[in-house]
Amino acid sequence: MIIELGHYALVLALATALIQAMLPIVGARRGDRALMELASSAALVCALLVAFSFAVLTFAYVTSDFSVRNVWENSHSLKPLIYKISGVWGNHEGSMLLWLLILVFFSALVAVFGRNLPETLKATVLAVQAWIAAAFALFVLLTSNPFARLIPAPGEGKDLNPVLQDVGLAIHPPLLYLGYVGFSVCFSFAIAALIEGRIDAAWARWVRPWTLAAWTFLTAGIAMGSYWAYYELGWGGWWFWDPVENASFMPWLAGTALLHSALVMEKREALKIWTVLLAIMTFSLSLLGTFLVRSGVLTSVHAFATDPTRGIFILAILVLFIGGAFSLFAFRASRLKSGGLFAPISREGALVLNNLILTTATATVLTGTLYPLVLEALTGDKISVGAPFFNMTFGLLMLPLLFAVPFGPLLAWKRGDLTGVAQRLFVAAAVGILAGAAYYYAMNGGPVLALFGIALGAYLIVGALTDLILRSGIGKVAANVAWKRLSGLPRSAFGTALAHAGLGVTLIGIVAVTAFETETVVEMKPGMMVDAGGYALRFDGMRQGRGPNYTEETGHFTVSRGGVVVTEIWSSKRLYTARRMPTTEAGIRTFGLSQLYVSLGDPMTGGGIVVRIWWKPLILCIWGGALIMMAGGIVSLSDRRLRVGAPARARRAPRIALGAAE
Amino acid sequence: MTRKQKRLAIIGGGVSFLIAAAFLVMFAFSQTVAYFYVPGDLEKASLAPGTRIRLGGLVETGSLKRGEGKTVTFNVTDTLGTVPVTYTGILPDLFREGQGVVAEGAFVADSPIFVADTVLAKHDETYMPKDVADRLKAQGVALSGKENIQ
Repeated sequence: MIIELGHYALVLALATALIQAMLPIVGARRGDRALMELASSAALVCALLVAFSFAVLTFAYVTSDFSVRNVWENSHSLKPLIYKISGVWGNHEGSMLLWLLILVFFSALVAVFGRNLPETLKATVLAVQAWIAAAFALFVLLTSNPFARLIPAPGEGKDLNPVLQDVGLAIHPPLLYLGYVGFSVCFSFAIAALIEGRIDAAWARWVRPWTLAAWTFLTAGIAMGSYWAYYELGWGGWWFWDPVENASFMPWLAGTALLHSALVMEKREALKIWTVLLAIMTFSLSLLGTFLVRSGVLTSVHAFATDPTRGIFILAILVLFIGGAFSLFAFRASRLKSGGLFAPISREGALVLNNLILTTATATVLTGTLYPLVLEALTGDKISVGAPFFNMTFGLLMLPLLFAVPFGPLLAWKRGDLTGVAQRLFVAAAVGILAGAAYYYAMNGGPVLALFGIALGAYLIVGALTDLILRSGIGKVAANVAWKRLSGLPRSAFGTALAHAGLGVTLIGIVAVTAFETETVVEMKPGMMVDAGGYALRFDGMRQGRGPNYTEETGHFTVSRGGVVVTEIWSSKRLYTARRMPTTEAGIRTFGLSQLYVSLGDPMTGGGIVVRIWWKPLILCIWGGALIMMAGGIVSLSDRRLRVGAPARARRAPRIALGAAE
Repeated sequence: MTRKQKRLAIIGGGVSFLIAAAFLVMFAFSQTVAYFYVPGDLEKASLAPGTRIRLGGLVETGSLKRGEGKTVTFNVTDTLGTVPVTYTGILPDLFREGQGVVAEGAFVADSPIFVADTVLAKHDETYMPKDVADRLKAQGVALSGKENIQ
């Protein structure tokens, strides 16, 4: 009964979304306030209905109600509770319901926090949100109903794919969706601006916090997914340029560009049309990602068993929204007045360069991702486009951007002084080269490019801090004055510095792992020793064990350095009984920012076992940098001037001299 | 600079960057793309030794030799042809005889042996790489059960 209520709530949510999609927009055209205000209440009701529906599905999972087909297919009564809950979105139907839930959650946020939006704009934004919500609610109801019953109910479920039985599943998809779907708000604002035919700096001020929030979640989601793949799959890789990874990376790149172009629009009223276009493109890439992942055109761990009607349905949604948005853009963009001009060497110029490079890089990733699909459809040739392609194109294109990043915040608006900024970055460059050389020396040589890469990363970090140092006058004025100035800087200045420094940290991690990691594949018998990264690993033997829904064989290793035992590593192979599916549980130990990573292979005749041992120098920097970027996003978001829905309320007097510099 | 010149400078810079990127993409495609073959295709394909390809098919039952050092050998077959493959490292968890596999690597000069550096890992026990399933179906190989094809 409760299951049917959940299903019914979803149908009601669709009906509510349809009302929200039509009436407010009519109201906005006619100036009918009652119809416009309907949008907010409808958005809240819709969010509650979908939340209820989602709660019902979760309930079915927690109570292992195998009369629900979806639960039977993806759950098992012996599964630990946390995986029962996260299993709700560990399958196609449930994950689409989560997608919808997050979408209506964002609509509700706009309804609640958008009190000071002009009422026609707010009504139109919410209506556009409801178009998307209605399309996806229809998709869930017609092709991916998670509430379908299975009569008679089987006694036991088929269990969740063991690879997904991990705490990563509890965190990665919700974060990723919060990012992906969060960009829908920017999209709706862009469409609303086109419909209204009016756009100004205030529009950018409303859009920027949403972009920043979505971007922060997406950063976290991608980093989390990368770390999850790294420790769960047992291959020691952290990024594979897999089409599914690219699907989440493209909106991130475009979203990063949007974040920067919205800045130009807010401060200088320039790049208006471009910003609108970028907002549309970013969410279009999110939709494309959903299509690639969920339609079954790709095979991967993310593409749960699929049927073709779903692919066609999502493709229809994709064509409708992207096509519709771009047509609207083509017809209406000329109505938006373009704004002020600026010299090429200026803060605006630097941000345009950022946008140019980021969008070009996005386009190369898109080409590499779609080309095999298009080629196969046209000629039947099957090809694979892998890491070498992306490293060559994406890597090379991003290089000039990495050089330019520290310049941006140091350049003045309108007309900047390139030589002056270069002089101020001299210290950062010097520190970078020293750091690169020092690491190179510590590693006893290696590829020269690695020296250069580490130097670039260190230069990014110091360059990001240079802005804060110069603005607070550290080293030039007394410490207490500098401190006072520093604490008086707007939060967004810290956000920028953190995000840019985080980029440098990630770069250092990537370069160090790529250039200096060691991999040893070796057949080991108990008592044998192997060296990796200055540590000696001794294989002590195997032992059997069992968990709630699996059996495992675990290898035990003792790690020592210079003859002194430092720690132990357990690495195992599991066999999940319900699906008869083996998985590798890598043994990982962290030493500072570096890691030892041990995967087990096949047992040998004669008692030995094949072991794969990696030394991953500075690998934690990759995700640590992402965390720092995320922190930058959060700090920026807490900036008073950016607070969602509160730009008008100024509680304190503006900090004159320093605040004005921003 | 006048307004017009400024605008031209920005647009010109942007366009030349885009053209450079487009050339880079085309160059990278010509250098890095790996084509997919099944063993039956290889005779007509006449590949130069060292050309990176993806080889897909079924792991021939009884052909897998492991437990003798780090290098494993197995045969990939599509019933029309069979190719011996060597791979050094740890095979994916779900690598099994009689199941689909995709190996990436190249043929060594003057040798029928395919040296793989990557064996495509599978995520699910019912997963068959789509490329393999399509080609095998086209060549009339009966697949064990419909759920093998995703």
